[in-house]
This record gives sequence, structure tokens and C-alpha cells, in this order.
Amino acid sequence: MSQRQISRSSAVPLATRAGRLRSTKTGSPLASALLFLALVSILPASLPAQKNSCLDCHRELEDKLRAPAEAMAGDIHGQFGLSCADCHGGNPLEEDMERAKDRSFKGVPPRTRIPEFCGACHADAAFMRRFNPNLRIDQLNLYWTSQHGQLLKKGDDKVATCTDCHGVHGIHAASFPKSWTFAWNIPQTCGRCHSDRDYMRPYGLPADQVEEYKASVHAQALYEKKDLSAPVCNDCHGNHGAAPPEVSSVAFVCRQCHPSAGDLFSRSPHRAAFDGLGISECEACHGNHRVLRPSDDMLAGGSQDVCLRCHDAETNPYRVGKEIKRLVDAFVVSYENAEALLSAAEKKGVEVSPAKFKLQEANTAIIHLRNLTHTLSISEVEAKLKDGDMVLAEVKASGQRALEEARFRRTGLIVATVFLLLLAVAISIKLRDLRRSSGPEEQT
Amino acid sequence: MTKFLERIGSYLEGRLRISGLLEFGRKKKVPEHKHSFWYYFGGLCLFLFFIQVATGILLLLYYVPSIDTAHESIRFIMSQVKFGWLIRSVHSWTANILIGTIFIHMFSAFFLKAYRPPRELTWVSGFFLLLIFLAFGFSGYLLPWNELAFFATRVGTDIAGTIPLVGQTIKEFLLGGPEVSGATLSRFFWLHVAVLPALALAFIGLHVLLVQLHGMSKPIGLRETKEISFYPYFFLKDAQVWMVVLALIGILCVFFPWEIGTKADPFAPTPVGIKPEWYFTFVFTTLKIVPPHILTIEGEVLAILAFLLGAFLWMLVPFLDRRASRDEKSPVLSVLGFIIIVYMVAMTLLTYLLPQVGR
Repeated sequence: MSQRQISRSSAVPLATRAGRLRSTKTGSPLASALLFLALVSILPASLPAQKNSCLDCHRELEDKLRAPAEAMAGDIHGQFGLSCADCHGGNPLEEDMERAKDRSFKGVPPRTRIPEFCGACHADAAFMRRFNPNLRIDQLNLYWTSQHGQLLKKGDDKVATCTDCHGVHGIHAASFPKSWTFAWNIPQTCGRCHSDRDYMRPYGLPADQVEEYKASVHAQALYEKKDLSAPVCNDCHGNHGAAPPEVSSVAFVCRQCHPSAGDLFSRSPHRAAFDGLGISECEACHGNHRVLRPSDDMLAGGSQDVCLRCHDAETNPYRVGKEIKRLVDAFVVSYENAEALLSAAEKKGVEVSPAKFKLQEANTAIIHLRNLTHTLSISEVEAKLKDGDMVLAEVKASGQRALEEARFRRTGLIVATVFLLLLAVAISIKLRDLRRSSGPEEQT
Repeated sequence: MTKFLERIGSYLEGRLRISGLLEFGRKKKVPEHKHSFWYYFGGLCLFLFFIQVATGILLLLYYVPSIDTAHESIRFIMSQVKFGWLIRSVHSWTANILIGTIFIHMFSAFFLKAYRPPRELTWVSGFFLLLIFLAFGFSGYLLPWNELAFFATRVGTDIAGTIPLVGQTIKEFLLGGPEVSGATLSRFFWLHVAVLPALALAFIGLHVLLVQLHGMSKPIGLRETKEISFYPYFFLKDAQVWMVVLALIGILCVFFPWEIGTKADPFAPTPVGIKPEWYFTFVFTTLKIVPPHILTIEGEVLAILAFLLGAFLWMLVPFLDRRASRDEKSPVLSVLGFIIIVYMVAMTLLTYLLPQVGR
């Protein structure tokens, strides 16, 4: 009996069983219905709960043999009603261990057979549709394309298989935060092997990728901002088909999230040069695992100048880079001045929200401008600056007007206050004069 | 020029009989003694009310009462309309100063026993004016449709909803539905610019008329008989106070223009530390610190009932203070009034200094 045949026979729902019992009786429909109701009402008491001798025994065992039974309590397969026998075969209805381990019993598969062991169900579209029609069924095929799968095929059983990333028993859905494959657990999951220098040594791989990643802007977004859309290992390397991106494909990997920067880069003279030299596009300036927050200082002449890695300082391309940096810096300074102007006016109590809203356009211009640096085109940068400068000029004019308004208000306040106080003093004088002139008239 | 002014004066005199009004003011006497300082708070309330009427009418030129436009129109008034910032800030600051002044006026009348016969109804009309102006404050607070006001209104109407028997009806009437919504804004606007002004004018008219009929009350046991004419002496002194307060309002408006806040988002979670306007915080904090149950009755309901009973007794003070009605000092009530003030101040301070206190 195949694994799935066991599943189908052992997981017969209670209602179906009740239906079978009813079908053995004959008589009027009313009598059948009454009998059915009577049987349904007594069934829970008369039938024993579905037996699982695997769990019964393993719960009594110690450590390693007990762990699977305990872990299955939270396992997603268990939640879908699958039992030990659905993966490992055997007859869980049998009390006797020898008889329970019948011809269908598979036991623990060797590591080299794990992908097929899981794939028996996970690559079966008809079977998976019963539980989760949205789940992909190409994991096994992808796995064989991965470095892990290819090495496993060659007999290297040290490489990662399904259970190394998903766990063995106690597997959770990837959307469950405690799952090994939940976004912010993935670096640790991969790092279990890839951060182990001894383990990686035979493969000639470095073991600092996770450490490097944790210093990156991507990790910052993931761990500090809790942004689950931030890339982790599998977003760039693939998950089941995990492989390092080739030089030619790095740009496409980054373009998954940064398509605009990629397009601009493609229009730049760097594109042909990088292709000719076999340099991977984005990585050359931004790095791979340790992708830091980009800053204007990465441009030519900045404190983190990346241009000098390839260009000499006196060359024309470098001068172009420096000019772009000068233009960007000037605009950023102008933006900060406009922002300071509005802030000063706001502190003085003038409502500047329309101008602040307008300033957001300038902020967008800065984002565009920084992106445009990928083109290495001074004319394109200048064209964007023209738009941004117009916005900043408008904002600065609003800021100036707001400050002027603040001055006007203060001057007006002084004039009004002096006037009111003078009026109060004049009233005092008038009252004194009245008292003097009227004498005791005011008293009775 | 002088002749021209004289001609205008003569024209107006012939038609309005201003001299008759001034003569009435000259004949009307106001007691002058060591406590007469407190008399000026009544006139100040009236002055601040007129400021509210004037600025409120001007705000109506631009304010649009709907949830899509209310906040935007206030922002427009504050940033685009010439002197809009001043009008709106004066309206908001004056609203708060006015309520503070009403409290001072009320407690001064209480401690000077100004409610003694025949001025019981002056006190009662003043009590209703307090309620009207609290309602003005509550309804006006929501009109800018900002986050704080939105959630404070939700808290305020929830409190009203806990009143036994009629609470839910009052709450739904105020909200125009089960939740704070556009209907609530329309109703609060209706209350703020139509119902409450009409009520305020009626009660102010009655209150002032009663003051004219009975004159200013003198404290019990006062031997001084000095009096001054209402016009020009008392009126000019009143005007002096108004000038100073107007200058103070100007300073507040220039240096601390009233905030617009963030536009209300009914789907946003309630911000931390939400609280009503300062004059309701003593009730708010009391409800927060009251035990969940007192003798099997829900603590909050009991506290609301206690406040309602307290307010009712406060209105009846002229009829309960029998000693004062015989022109005898009533120290017990004075001590009680002092305790009430200490309680209100303490609860208000608690709200701002220890906002985490209570549930």
C-alpha cells in the first residue's frame, strides 16, 4: 500500500463512517433517519479515538526518539490532519511495533533521499491541491538546479536538503514568525551552515555572508524597521533553487526591487564598460551582502568615493563624477536651507504646512537626482535640478514670506499692546481727573 | 472738525437718547470695598463673549463643516486668509480664557455669598450659562476635525453614554449615530453656531437684567457703604481690565497660535494619552481612578451620578444655604467650596502631570 493510500484509509472522517453504518440498514426513510441520528449521538462514546501507535510509543521514549512525537504537536502537517504514517509509512493502528512496521514502513530516509521523500507529496499537484492550492509544487525541480541539489546528486550528503532549512518535525508555514523560513529567520537558517567556517572550508566558500548582511541597509530595514519586504538571502539567491547569482545576473537580481536604478544604469557608459570587463553591475559600487545605505559621499570626491576604485582622479570620467556630486551637494544644501527657513517660521508660530507640502516635491527631486547619478549624465542631472530648483525657489519664497509675516505679527503685537496699555493708562488718568473734579460725588 | 463731531453727536442724541442711557449709568451705583475686584470678572465674561461672537462670525466666512473640508478649511484660515491666524487663535484662546473666567466669576459669587435673596435666580441663570459655555467648548473642540478632538469627543460622548437610563439616547443624539462621524460634526456645528448662541444670548440677557434689577451684592457683614457710579467709574475700570486681557490674548496668539493638529482618521488607533479639554479633565481623571465597582455598582456610573447630583446641588446652593439667606456667615459651605476647588485643581494637575494614573 502506498503512502498516500494509507493516508486515505486512515483519515476516514467520522461522518463518512457514520454514513457507511447507515447504509447497512434497511427500512423507511424516517426510520433510517432516526437510526442515523441515534447512531451519530452515540458514536463518540462507542468508537475509540483514531489510534496512532507511533506517537503512543515515541512519547514514552527518551530524547532523540521522543522529540519527533513532541514536535509534531505544532507541525503544519499535523494541523492538516497528516500523521506519522503519511510520511514514514507503517500501520499506526497496530499495537505491536513489529506489526506496525509492516511492508509499507519507510522509517527515516537517508539524507540523499530526503528531497524525493518530501517531493513525493510536494511535487504532486493533485495531492497538494487538497491542502493548499496556492502552494508551489516545483520545489523539487528547483532544488535539483541548486548548488545544494547538484552536489547532493553527486553524493555529497553534507549539503542542505529540505529538512535543513524547514526542520524535520515541527515544521511551520513560512508565514509563521517562528518558522525557520520566516523572513527575519532566514539569515540565521542559512547561516547555520554558511557561517560555519569549518563546514564551508571544503567548498572554498567564505563564512562571513550573514555577518556582512547584518551590517547592510537591507538588514536594517528587516530588523529595525520590521520591513518583511526587505531582501534576505533567498530573495537574491533563490530559495529551493539557491545558487550564487552570476556576474551577468546580479543586475537582474537587484532590479527585482530597484528597477529604476537598473534602467538608468543601462543607459550609462558604465554598462558597456562593465560588460566588457566582466564586472557585475550593482555589486561593483554597492557590494553584495554588505550593501550599505547609499550616500552622496560614495560619489566622486566624497569620503567614501567608489569611483576611485576604477578611475584615476585626473581622468575625464572622474571629473564628470565630481561635477555630478557638486550639483547634487548644492541642491541638497539648498533643500536644507529651505527646510531650515520653514522650520524657523514655524517656530515663530506661522502656519507653513502648504510650503512644507511643497517641499516634499523637492525631497522627491533629491531622490530622483540621486537615482539619476546612475546615468553619469550631467545634462540629465541638470534637467532634474531645474525642476527641483524651481520648487525650492517657491518654497524659499514662502519661507521668507512666513518669516516676514512673523516679524509683522510681532511688530503688530508691540503696537497693539502699547496702544492698549496706553489706553488703560489714559483711562486711569481720566478716572483720577474725574475723581478730582467730582469730589465726594461718587460716594453715598 | 469739532463742530462736525458736535453735529454728529447732536444727530445721534436726537434719535438714540444716549444721554438718557448715560444718566442711567450715572445713577446706577456699584459698591466699592476690599472685595470689589471680583466684580470685574462678570464684565470680563461679557467682553470675552462678544469677542467670541465677533471672531466666530468671521470664522464662518471660511469654515466648511464637513469631514472632508473642515480640517482643510481651518488650515486655509490659518495659512492663507489675511489675519485668519489671528481670528482663529483669538477665538480658540478666548474660549479657554472665557471658561476660566466663568469659573472664577462663579466661585467668587459663591464665596461672597452673592446668591443670597433676592439674587437666587441670578445664580441659577449663571449656573446655566456655565453649562452653555462648557457645551460651547465641547462642541467647538471637534470642529477643526483633528485627531485629538476626534478621540476626545469619542471619550466625552462615551462618558455621556454611561449615564443610567438616558445616557445612550443622549450619546446617540449628540453623535447622530453610533460613532463620531460626519453627522456628529454637523450636529456639533449646529449646536455651536445656532442653538448655543441663542441660549447664551437669552440667559446672558436674563442674567444681566437680574443684575440690573438687584444691583451688585455686597459681602455679608460688610460695613463699608462706599459706592461708585456705574458710569463712568465702574465702566472705565471694567474697560481697563478688558484692555489688559485683550493685550494678553494678543500675546498668546502671536507667540502660541492655536494648533491645527493632524486631520482625524476614524480608522486610526486611539492615540496614547488622549484627554478632553482642560476644563473637563477633573471629571475625566476621576472616572479613570474610580474603582471598577463600588458596592456592586459600576464605579464609573456611580461617579457620573455623583457629578450630576453635585452639579444639581450646586445649582440649588442659594436655596440650601439658609444661613446666608439670613445674612449670616456660612463657613461650612465656604469650606465645602474650597474643598471642591482643591479637588478640581488636584484632578486637573493629575491629568497633566501623571497621565498614566488610573485605568
